[in-house]
Amino acid sequence: MLLIKCPYCQEDRPEIEFSYSGEAHIARPLNPDDLSDEEWAEYLFIRSNRRGLHHERWLHAHGCARFFNALRDTVSDKFELTYKMGEPKAQVKK
Amino acid sequence: MTLHRKPEYGRVNRGKPINFSFDGKIYSAFDGDSLASALLAHGVHLVGRSFKYHRPRGFVAAGPEEPNALVTFDRGPGRVTPNVRATTLEVFDGLVAHSQNNWPSLTFDMGAVNDLFYMLFPAGFYNKTFMWPKSFWDRVYEPAIRKMAGLGPAPIDEDADIYASQYMHCETLIVGAGPAGIAAALAASEKPGRVILVDEQYEFGGSLLSTPNMVINDIPAWQWLEDSLAILKARENVTLLTRTTVIGYYHENFLGAVERITDHEKDLSSHKPRERLYKIRAGEVVLATGAIERPLVFQSNDRPGVMLASAAHTYLNRYGVVVGEKIALFTCHDSAYEVIFDLADAGISIAGVIDVRDQVSETIIAAAKARNIEILTGTIVSGTSGKFRVSSLRASKIEDGKITSTWEIACDCLLMCGGWTPSIHLFSHSKGSLKWREDLGAYIPDNPNENVISVGACNGTFGLRKIMTEGAGGSTEYQVNAGAFGSGIIPATFPTEGDPAKVKAFVDFQNDVTEKDINLAVREGLKSIEHVKRYTTTGMATDQGKTSNLNALQIAAKAVYKPVQQVGLTTFRPPYTPTTFGALVGGKDGHSFHVIRKTPMDGWAEDHGAVFEPVALWRRARYFPRDGEDMLAAVNRECLTTRCSLGIFDASTLGKVEVIGPDAAEFMNRMYTNPWLKLKPGSCRYGLMLGEDGYIMDDGVIGRLAENHFHVTTTTGGAPRVFRMMEDYRQTEWPELDVWLTSTTEQWAVIALNGPNARKLIEPFVEGIDLSEEKFPHMAVREGRICGVETRLFRVSFSGELGFEINVPAHYGRALWETLFIAGQKYDITPYGTETMHVLRAEKGFIIVGQDTDGTVTPMDVGMSWAIGKKKKDFVGKRSLSRPDIMAEGRKQLVGLLTDDPNIVLEEGAQLIANPEQSIPMDMIGHVTSSYWSATLNRSIALAMVKNGHALTESNVYIPMPGKIYKAQVSKCVFYDPNGERLNVI
Ligand SMILES: [Zn+2]
Repeated sequence: MLLIKCPYCQEDRPEIEFSYSGEAHIARPLNPDDLSDEEWAEYLFIRSNRRGLHHERWLHAHGCARFFNALRDTVSDKFELTYKMGEPKAQVKK
Repeated sequence: MTLHRKPEYGRVNRGKPINFSFDGKIYSAFDGDSLASALLAHGVHLVGRSFKYHRPRGFVAAGPEEPNALVTFDRGPGRVTPNVRATTLEVFDGLVAHSQNNWPSLTFDMGAVNDLFYMLFPAGFYNKTFMWPKSFWDRVYEPAIRKMAGLGPAPIDEDADIYASQYMHCETLIVGAGPAGIAAALAASEKPGRVILVDEQYEFGGSLLSTPNMVINDIPAWQWLEDSLAILKARENVTLLTRTTVIGYYHENFLGAVERITDHEKDLSSHKPRERLYKIRAGEVVLATGAIERPLVFQSNDRPGVMLASAAHTYLNRYGVVVGEKIALFTCHDSAYEVIFDLADAGISIAGVIDVRDQVSETIIAAAKARNIEILTGTIVSGTSGKFRVSSLRASKIEDGKITSTWEIACDCLLMCGGWTPSIHLFSHSKGSLKWREDLGAYIPDNPNENVISVGACNGTFGLRKIMTEGAGGSTEYQVNAGAFGSGIIPATFPTEGDPAKVKAFVDFQNDVTEKDINLAVREGLKSIEHVKRYTTTGMATDQGKTSNLNALQIAAKAVYKPVQQVGLTTFRPPYTPTTFGALVGGKDGHSFHVIRKTPMDGWAEDHGAVFEPVALWRRARYFPRDGEDMLAAVNRECLTTRCSLGIFDASTLGKVEVIGPDAAEFMNRMYTNPWLKLKPGSCRYGLMLGEDGYIMDDGVIGRLAENHFHVTTTTGGAPRVFRMMEDYRQTEWPELDVWLTSTTEQWAVIALNGPNARKLIEPFVEGIDLSEEKFPHMAVREGRICGVETRLFRVSFSGELGFEINVPAHYGRALWETLFIAGQKYDITPYGTETMHVLRAEKGFIIVGQDTDGTVTPMDVGMSWAIGKKKKDFVGKRSLSRPDIMAEGRKQLVGLLTDDPNIVLEEGAQLIANPEQSIPMDMIGHVTSSYWSATLNRSIALAMVKNGHALTESNVYIPMPGKIYKAQVSKCVFYDPNGERLNVI
C-alpha cells in the first residue's frame, strides 16, 4: 500500500484514504459551445495513458476531502510528488 | 514397530510423548515433531499421490518448500484445511490428518492408470485435447478431470474459527530468523528503533536448528542461539514473532504476515483467533530468508525415499529421525557432503556417493575415506526402483556426455543435492531487480525498489561465517568452526539410457511436470519462460515452484541454446506460501462483511415486520406484510391504501447536500440542466444532473430555502458520487465561485406522506406554516415546526398523490413517525416500502435513475427535454447533447408498454422485438426497464427503452420470455392521472 503525501494536510497517509480522479491538467473548456465535435471529443475522451511519469488528480477522500495533483510513475506506481490545485504543472525531469 | 529415531539426536521433547492419527491409524510422536518427522520416525515415506499421474510420492523436503507431502488437516466440522504441508504442520496430541488425491487408498489408487497412459498427458494436453466439441466440456471432460486430478477437496462447512488482524510499525523488520536474521536483529536492536523479527517456523534458528555441530564465537550453535534469543527477548525495542509467515511485500515497505496461533494447540476452548494477519509498515526491511536446496532431475527422481540432502540433515539433527538405514547421495555440490558425513557419524550405513563432477576436493575425499564412504565421480543416477519406496538406484558412468556403464546400488533412501536457490520471493514482490549468478546457477537480488537489504543465503552469500557477518551488517565479525559451503556445478540435465521420450524425470513434483514436458513446450515454439510455465504448468502449483523454477528455467534455456538470463524468470507473486481466506478476511465476515446503513426509523420497520432489501449500503423496508400476505398482496394493499387514503414512507436514505453561499444559484445553474437563477426562495424544482458526456447521472427535488441556500436531494445510491462530482467542479474547475457544499444525508430523517388525507394528517402538528393550497402549493418548501421540532417541509410527490416530505433532525425521526402513524389510524394509514414506492412512481411514469437509465441515456431519450434550461449558456453535459451520436436517429427511447394480456407482468430486462416471425438470432430493438402489477389500474404496466420508441406509440412490439412470446402495445409513460389532478386534492 502506497504512502501518499497530501499537499493540504502535509502528511504521508496510507493509500486507502485516497481516491484516484483521472489525468490531471485537463481543464474544462471555458466555452464548450465554441468547440468543434472533434475538439470536444478530445477533451472528453482522449487521455495520454502514459507509461512512466504521469500527471494525475487524487482526492484525499477520507481526510481533508480536497483534490490535488500528483506526478506518479505508472510503472513503479510510486508518487514522485504531489502539489496543490492551481499550482503549475510539475515538470518531468528527464 | 521400531522407531527410526536416534536417542541422542534432535530437539524434540522426549519427555512429552503424544499420539496422532494419519489416514485413520494412530502413531506416536514427541512434542516438537512436525507431521513429516513423526511419520518418518515410523518409516512412513508414502504420503500422497501425484497430481496428474497419481504416482506414489513421499517427502522431498523438511520445510515450507515441500512439493509432495500435502495432507488434509482435520479438526472436525468447520475446521478442515486441505493441502497443508506435512513438513510444516506441528504435531499435537490428538492431531488428525489424511492423505489426499487417492481413491480408494494410498496404496491402491485407481488414478494410477494415468501413469501407464502418460503419453496421453504431455505438456499442453488439456489445451490441445479438450477443445472440441464444446458441449463435452461441462458434461464429460471436466467432471472426469476433477475426479482424477486435483488436490484436497475444499471444505464445505462454514469456518468455525475466528481470525484477527492488526497494524504494526517498526524501524526495522527482519524476515527470517536463521543465523543471518538473528545476527541482523542483534545488530539492529542495539540502536533505539523498533525491531520486529519474524520467522515462519515455531522456533527461531533456521539452518542452525539442523547444524548443532557448528561453533559460533567458541559457543556451540544451539547454546549461541539460546543466548542470542535471550538477549533479544530482553530488549524492549524488539518484537519476536514465531509461526509467522511474511506472505507478501508491497509498496513502501508494507508487508503482510500471517501468524498461526491455534493450529498447534490441542485445546481450542480459549476462543483465541486461529490466525492473525499483521500489516506491517517498516522503515527498513532486512530479508534473511535463506536458500532452498534444489532437486536433481533424473529418471524416477520422484520415488518415495528420494529427498533433498538438507531435509535428511534436518530430520536427523532437529528431530532425531533417520530417513533410511542405507542411504545414498546424488550430488553436484560440496554442501551435501556435510550431510552424508553427519549421517555416517550417526552410525547410518552409507550406500555411496554419486557425484556428477569428475573430481572433488582432497578435503572431501579424505573425510569420506575416514568414514569408509565410497565416492563415485563422473557418475549420475539414471533411475530408481522400488514400489512405494526406493529400494535401489541405477548408477551410470558418464564419459563425453554419454552413459558408458550402468549398475545397481541397493539403498532405502536417496538424497539429492542440485545446488542452492536463494529465496528471492519477497525481494521480487517488492519489484527489486535481479541478477544472474553463474556460479550459483541462480538469480540473486540486484537493485532494490524499496528500502531493503538482503543478507545471507537469500543474497547468494553462503558459508556460516560470511552469512552471519553480512547479517550483522559488518558491525560484528563472527567466527565459526567449520561450515565451508564449498562449490558445485549446475548440470540441469543428464544423459539417459535408452529412449529419452520414455524417461520421466520430474522437475515440478506438485504439478507433475517432467523435463520432457519442458522440452516439448520449447519444441512447440514456446520460447519465453512465462509461456513455458503456462503451457506446462511448471511452477504453477501451490508451492509456486520453490524447488522447481530454476531447474525448469535451465532446462528451457538449454533447449533453446540461450543463456538463462535471456530466457528470463517467472514472476513471484504473493502469497509466499498458501494462505487461508480466513486470515485475509480477518474479522470482516458475516454481519461485519460490510457496513449496513440504517435509517432512524429502521427499528420501527423491523418491529412492524418489514421485509428489507439492500439499496446501496442501506437496508430499506421493501414491504410490510400483514397476516401472512405475500409480497404482491402486501404491495397491492399498500398501493391502494395510499391512493385512496394515506401511506407513510421512510425516505431518509435520499442523498442530501446543503449548497450555501453568494454563488449558490450560479453553482446550481452550472451543475444541473435546469435553470435555477430565477427560482423563488420557498420553491422546489426537479433537478436533472448529467455527466460531462451528456448522459443522465442523477436527479432529485431541490428546494431553494433562501437566495443563497439550496437543499439538494439526490438518489439514494448516487449520493456519494454526486457529492464528489460537485466538489470536483467546485474545487478544480470553478474555484472562483463562493459556495460551500455539505453532505447532510444522515442529518435529516425524511418521512414521505402520500395520499388524499396527507394534509389532514399533518395539519394539527404543524406550526408556522400555512398548509393551504394557495399558500403552500405543490413544489413548495417551507421551514417551520412539526410536533415542536424544526422541520423543512417539502410539498412534493413521487406517487402522483398529494404528498409531503417532512425533514426533521435525524434523532427525532422515529418519534415523529410513531406520532404520525398513531394519528393516521383514523385514515387507515399504511406504512409502505420501496416496492410500493416503485409501483406508484411507475404508474406516473417517473423514472428511476439507474433502473430505467443505464449511464448511456440522455434527457431527450427519456422525454425530459423540458428539464433542460434552453437559454443557459453552459451546464455540465450541455455541449455533449449536440454530439453527433447523441443527435443521431435510432436511439433507444423510454416508452410505456401495455401487454395484450393484462395479467402478464413482463420480466424486467426482457428483450423487445418488432416481429415474432423472424428467425433466431432475432433483431432486438429494446428492453424492459421496469415492470409491475398495478393494483390501481388492475393490470400490468411496464416501461421500456426502445429504438425510436417515441415514434412507435400505439404500435405493437413483442417480448420473448421463457416459453412464450408476448405481445404489447407501446404507450405513453404516464399510466395514471395524466393531468396530475390528484396532486391538488383540497
Ligand atoms: Zn488532505
